[in-house]
Amino acid sequence: MKVFNKGNWSKEIDVRDFIQQNYTPYYGDSSFLKGSTESTNLLWKKVLSLMDEERDNNGTLNIDTETISTIISHKPGYIEKSIEKVVGLQTDEALKRSIIPFGGIRMVENACEAYGYKLNPQIKEIFNKYRKTHNDGVFDAYTPEMIAARKAGIITGLPDAYGRGRIIGDYRRVALYGVDRLIEDKNNQLSTLEVDQVLEDTIRLREEISEQIKALIELKEMALSYGYNISQPANSAFEAIQWLYFAYLAAVKEQNGAAMSLGRVSDFLDIYIEKDIELGIITEEEAQELIDHFVMKLRMVRFLRTRDYNDLFSGDPTWITECLGGIGIDGRPLVTKTSYRVLNTLYNLGAAPEPNLTVLWSTKLPEGFKAFCSKVSIDTSSIQYENDDLMRQYWGDDYGIACCVSAMRIGKQMQYFGARCNLAKALLYAINGGKDELTGNQVGPKFEPITSEYLNYNEVMDKFNTFINWIAKLYINTLNVIHYMHDKYSYERLQMALHDRDVVRTMACGIAGLSVCADSLSAIKHARVKVIRNEGGLAVDFAIEGDYPKYGNNDDLADDIAVNLVKSFMDSINKNKTYRNAIPTQSVLTITSNVVYGKKTGSTPDGRKAGEPFAPGANPMHGRDHKGALASLSSVAKLPYEFSQDGISYTFSIVPKALGKTLEERINILSSLLYGYFSQGGHHININVFEKETLLDAMNQPEKYPQLTIRVSGYAVNFIKLTKEQQIDVINRTFHGEV
Amino acid sequence: MSIKGMIHSIETFGTVDGPGIRYVIFMQGCPLRCQYCHNRDTWNITDGKEMTLNEIIEDIKKYIPFMKSSNGGVTISGGEPTLQLPFITELLKELKSLGIHTCLDTSGYVNSVNINELLEFVDLVLLDLKEINPTKHISITGVSNERILKFARYLSEIGKPMWIRHVVIPGLTDDLIDVIELSKFIQELDTVEKVELLPYHSMGKVKWKKLMLIYPLENIRDAVDSDIKRVSDIMHQYGIKINGSVVA
Repeated sequence: MKVFNKGNWSKEIDVRDFIQQNYTPYYGDSSFLKGSTESTNLLWKKVLSLMDEERDNNGTLNIDTETISTIISHKPGYIEKSIEKVVGLQTDEALKRSIIPFGGIRMVENACEAYGYKLNPQIKEIFNKYRKTHNDGVFDAYTPEMIAARKAGIITGLPDAYGRGRIIGDYRRVALYGVDRLIEDKNNQLSTLEVDQVLEDTIRLREEISEQIKALIELKEMALSYGYNISQPANSAFEAIQWLYFAYLAAVKEQNGAAMSLGRVSDFLDIYIEKDIELGIITEEEAQELIDHFVMKLRMVRFLRTRDYNDLFSGDPTWITECLGGIGIDGRPLVTKTSYRVLNTLYNLGAAPEPNLTVLWSTKLPEGFKAFCSKVSIDTSSIQYENDDLMRQYWGDDYGIACCVSAMRIGKQMQYFGARCNLAKALLYAINGGKDELTGNQVGPKFEPITSEYLNYNEVMDKFNTFINWIAKLYINTLNVIHYMHDKYSYERLQMALHDRDVVRTMACGIAGLSVCADSLSAIKHARVKVIRNEGGLAVDFAIEGDYPKYGNNDDLADDIAVNLVKSFMDSINKNKTYRNAIPTQSVLTITSNVVYGKKTGSTPDGRKAGEPFAPGANPMHGRDHKGALASLSSVAKLPYEFSQDGISYTFSIVPKALGKTLEERINILSSLLYGYFSQGGHHININVFEKETLLDAMNQPEKYPQLTIRVSGYAVNFIKLTKEQQIDVINRTFHGEV
Repeated sequence: MSIKGMIHSIETFGTVDGPGIRYVIFMQGCPLRCQYCHNRDTWNITDGKEMTLNEIIEDIKKYIPFMKSSNGGVTISGGEPTLQLPFITELLKELKSLGIHTCLDTSGYVNSVNINELLEFVDLVLLDLKEINPTKHISITGVSNERILKFARYLSEIGKPMWIRHVVIPGLTDDLIDVIELSKFIQELDTVEKVELLPYHSMGKVKWKKLMLIYPLENIRDAVDSDIKRVSDIMHQYGIKINGSVVA
């Protein structure tokens, strides 16, 4: 019997050490991979037909309006019990959505109604009369200024009415240690908190750990209802996958967080799989089948969400982000055969947005793996890449990505998700003396607006910098309120049970409209921008005389402005005190909300008209990056990760022909693009390889493209699930290599 | 003072004109009058944008990581780049001193003796052989192919690597006998590393329209996979391998 190499992991909870002691790096190519088995095909066919039904039914197959979802709320559910290798569903039926009201009861009620269902009145009563929600708590504590800023859309997308998510439980712990050992560990943690002075911090932590233990007990109970006792460690590849999946399933039954990411499980699972293959317990086909069935389950995770929510985060995303690759501290690649097996699900089951497969890219990754990833991108447009050489310096070699671009050490770190501040609107406030350009309301502090006919760069910058400090302060204070209440009323018991006692917390701020703001400032500096005011003296439009350098063309004149915006906003955020001493960070990421933010923002000095979408994330504005793909990539790579440690998202679309004439050429060129981008310090990139015509056709005949997957800002979606507006936005983006 | 050239345009991410990722400089001006020209606006040498050598070199330097990682480099294309011989000679010399791989994309309508010095700084020549039949060549391009074929032989003599490119225009440059003759000609050259067949497309037409000109090949259809395959098969019989599997 082969046993695992021992190490620190045998004494303490230390999954990273287990991986380092036991994993086998893989340097070969993809030729060992196997296709799907008959039972996989049968099962997937059934799931696909359920997904068809779901689409025909307005995007929601069914809602259980009667049961409040908890880890143990629902009876076991199956797709087709006899052939399912990995079991467990969120409710008793596939794709049936549950209600999770702890974040906010009105959200749940509205969501039910939006799809033609009615929430059980008793549940409504409970959460209105007897049990307070996160949402209620937040609005009890919000100041009038916070409410005004939120309403005007200068700070938007805040998780004050939905689950904040972006917490990654270390689901691997359940497989490696079994639940009993984890409970024992948590009990030990409690005993370390029997201290002299029991004050707020200790009280809160003691209560949280006690809740974590309850969640772990419920986790065991849930697994038992499927016929598995998971109190002990997993003993086989199957058990490792099943135990780990149960832990993840418990998390999504308890929380409908905006992003419910998986972490970095492939190399961990590979250890069990390779052991079983070596012992002759399973074949390669069977190993692939287990992974296919596991991934199939991940593709079926569903949350009940409102229409407003879908406008922000379009396409029903769950952000089950799984990281593949990267390089260990000791220099060995964290690439295993299971990294390949997970990517292979995109062939065996076809392209799909979930799980959100993220390749941690390093110049030192094995060439075979780089080439395979490029091939998968060319074939499926389903994966994203993030710079491991950059992140490893900050987060070590066992970090995962929450949501799109947020790196965190698994089981040791979490974030307080803070959505984003609308930087373009902030610039307009600076010009208008704190008044909103659309309503004329005094939202920001009242100060002298700019009254000159032409904008003067120094005057604008002076006011803008003052204004940024005000907004950063308001922003952090607002997040403090939100996360205080989320911890209090909608605590992630199970996910936090799979963390160490003391976690590092980040306060993850964000900015939207970076390219609009940078181009606006460049226009003010390098061209002449005339202000057009309404009768009330409000600047509502701008006329540009002359041309100006634009962000995205590898021209420092414009790119430096963008770089400085990132730095100065981070500096402003850093001046503020945070809840639970969270470390402030920021991201340049919009998800699909660039459309909504644009809608809520008046005309800007760069020539963008009121209501027009922003570019997503850190992207240059659509069509303004006219110097081609490499210039665009190089501009984005200049944005400093040091000042944006929650990530910098770039979405890149290219037509296949532009990558070369043959598949071999295309793989080589794409790998080189990634090399060039990341070696210049780029952080994240979504790669889309397709023709614009395909998207146009899919808009007109969605039924022909049930699995057409595209990368948007930090995640992937089924193109046909986007709103019409967002589809048009995607089509209008720069496609490199188009004639 | 940095020497100046007339530039039509620059593509920082060229993937079809030479190996790897290429910074492609399209020079202004062309002595040929190809009926299917897809860059009709490059003909007149005075229409371009004036740029200094330094400006271009500084811009090229920004893309070295992409070139190096893909085994790419810089391609000087056009128009016909050799019309601005002193400028591109200096440019190529500078690129070689930076260790950058260089390609010259030319119609071959040049005087071999004059460009001797230039060729020292060229790693690879992309040579367009548009049509082997001399009469047809004149009717398609406005000039005789005598000089061009001579130049090809010269490149072979001095051992300069080249890629031969032939645009397949249905009914015009894919005649059986012509393709056989072309194959035989290529066979005699010693330094051909690759032969590429480029399917004709009518996307250049818009540029003619923009200039209020009549597009001469209005009635000719785009080449499709089967056209390419036909020509490729013929060439194959005469010992010429078309590299790579061309994908749509």
